[in-house]
Amino acid sequence: MTVLAMKKTLDSPQQTEPKSEKAVVIIPPVIAVPPPAASRFADTGRWVVRILVPPVLGLVLFVLLWALISKGSEGLPGPHETWLSAVELFSDPFYVNGPNDQGIGWNILHSLERVGLGFGMAALIGIPLGFMIGRFAFFNGMTAPIISLLRPVSPLAWLPIGLLVFKEAQPAAVWVIFISSIWPIIINTAVGVTKVPQDYMNVARVLNLSEWKIFTKILFPAVLPYTLTGVRLGLGVAWLVIVAAEMLTGGVGIGFWVWYEWNNLNVAHIIIAIFVVGIIGLLLEQLLLLMARRFNYE
Amino acid sequence: MKYLQLEKVEMIFDTKRGRFHALRDINLSVEQGEFVSIIGHSGCGKSTLLNLVAGLILPSSGAMLCAGREIAGPGPERAMVFQNHSLLPWLTVYENVRLGVDKVFGATKNKQQRDEWTRENLALVHMEHALNKRPTEISGGMKQRVGIARALAMEPKLLLMDEPFGALDALTRASLQDSVMEIHGRLKNTVLMVTHDVDEAVLLSDRIIMMTNGPAATIGEILDIKLPRPRKRVELADDAAYNHHRAAVLKFLYQRQRRPEEAA
Ligand SMILES: Nc1ncnc2c1ncn2[C@@H]1O[C@H](COP(=O)(O)OP(=O)(O)O)[C@@H](O)[C@H]1O
Ligand SMILES: [Mg+2]
Repeated sequence: MTVLAMKKTLDSPQQTEPKSEKAVVIIPPVIAVPPPAASRFADTGRWVVRILVPPVLGLVLFVLLWALISKGSEGLPGPHETWLSAVELFSDPFYVNGPNDQGIGWNILHSLERVGLGFGMAALIGIPLGFMIGRFAFFNGMTAPIISLLRPVSPLAWLPIGLLVFKEAQPAAVWVIFISSIWPIIINTAVGVTKVPQDYMNVARVLNLSEWKIFTKILFPAVLPYTLTGVRLGLGVAWLVIVAAEMLTGGVGIGFWVWYEWNNLNVAHIIIAIFVVGIIGLLLEQLLLLMARRFNYE
Repeated sequence: MKYLQLEKVEMIFDTKRGRFHALRDINLSVEQGEFVSIIGHSGCGKSTLLNLVAGLILPSSGAMLCAGREIAGPGPERAMVFQNHSLLPWLTVYENVRLGVDKVFGATKNKQQRDEWTRENLALVHMEHALNKRPTEISGGMKQRVGIARALAMEPKLLLMDEPFGALDALTRASLQDSVMEIHGRLKNTVLMVTHDVDEAVLLSDRIIMMTNGPAATIGEILDIKLPRPRKRVELADDAAYNHHRAAVLKFLYQRQRRPEEAA
């Protein structure tokens, strides 16, 4: 419930943005007389209360609760201790001290690299596959049982297969990312293709467009918003899975780093890792949302 | 020879709730250069008839010939102006028209000629000022103009229009009707237009096809409109022949083919 509410407050300014842009264009300058100063202050005040106060209050309460719990517990460091540790950690993010002990920056970059590889391949294969499934009923019938069977499998169940096939931990981790992030990409793209308005397809038929023109001029742009949703979901899954996969496979990466610090009993670093993973996930999602808005034509 | 011929055309849809007999025993022939309107109450099957001629759907039985050849699918010689314009929102006005031009004239015109032809057709519907706008940035009337330009630019022998002005306000509609009359006068192409507006039908058409109510709708009556062209809407308002035709259509629609719910 609270998370939902937070999401709403996060979403609402973004959604109103384009509208207000249009409004500025339409309203003639004569009408755009600035409101009296008092009411403008009142408006800003109301805006602060509505948009800013709830998340800030939530965060403050969260930190307080954390501090309270850490006071009562043995090993759990409080906010202050964690903060100091983070400052120290990020003051030298790119040191290399042997294969297992490298700066937080390297760990993040290596995790991102694995996600980029696995997820990139998932997009490269999943998007065309989704188009084929959506466009050709025969192909859909062929792949439907496989997809519905494999999709619900837990990502980490794929790790042994990867280790077996690739004989190495690194490609196995990439493989897990690939296989767990491909499903939303395929499915959203395929659904998008079936949702292309019949009117547009009729245009294509009356114009007698070639299959290639239909793809580039109609299917692809019409499906792009759906595909981008799938890509966003897929990337979310990939970023969720990478931590777990790296814990199992080792190597430089944020997941392995968590495991390594657990063995060192450095709990402050684990908490930092949790925040880092959360913040990067949030940034990736926002990036893709930005992209999606760029390609929405309705 | 007749340009378009329909003989004993039947259309039965297979739906989830069983078979639906939409059109029954449609017989129609259209001369080259003729402007024919199809009028009838909503839901009687006007769009279905137009889609059949366009080749978007195939009849359950019966024969359909266009220029002596059987209609087996859509073709660029039968361009369609859709009821809701159906412009592609990610393409500009120019690109929407150019798409059809490239397809039809890809082999016979070079790039520059196709560019000029696209602009020429947009100028024909007075849209040359908005070439680079996207459909979301122009008004409903403008979108419909672009839809007409897209169809005209394919130089179709037969222009199909499905309630092309249905969603427009009266003034915009009148000006587009005038444009269509003027273009038809100049290009002398064959036009088949669906409408539910009596004045529009009488003003534009050489013949009006009046359809009975569905299900199993068919052609109830065909009215010849022998008014001289070019026609001026203001002068026709007091014209006896015009008003006579108008009354005939109204009588058909509101006395002989009352909507079922009104008749009850
Ligand atoms: N693809 C279809 N499948 C089933 N029924 C259809 C289909 N298309 C049209 N119909 C039915 O045929 C009848 C005529 O529809 P339509 O041609 O769109 O009417 P109009 O254009 O005259 O308003 C309606 O009852 C409609 O529900
Ligand atoms: Mg219709």
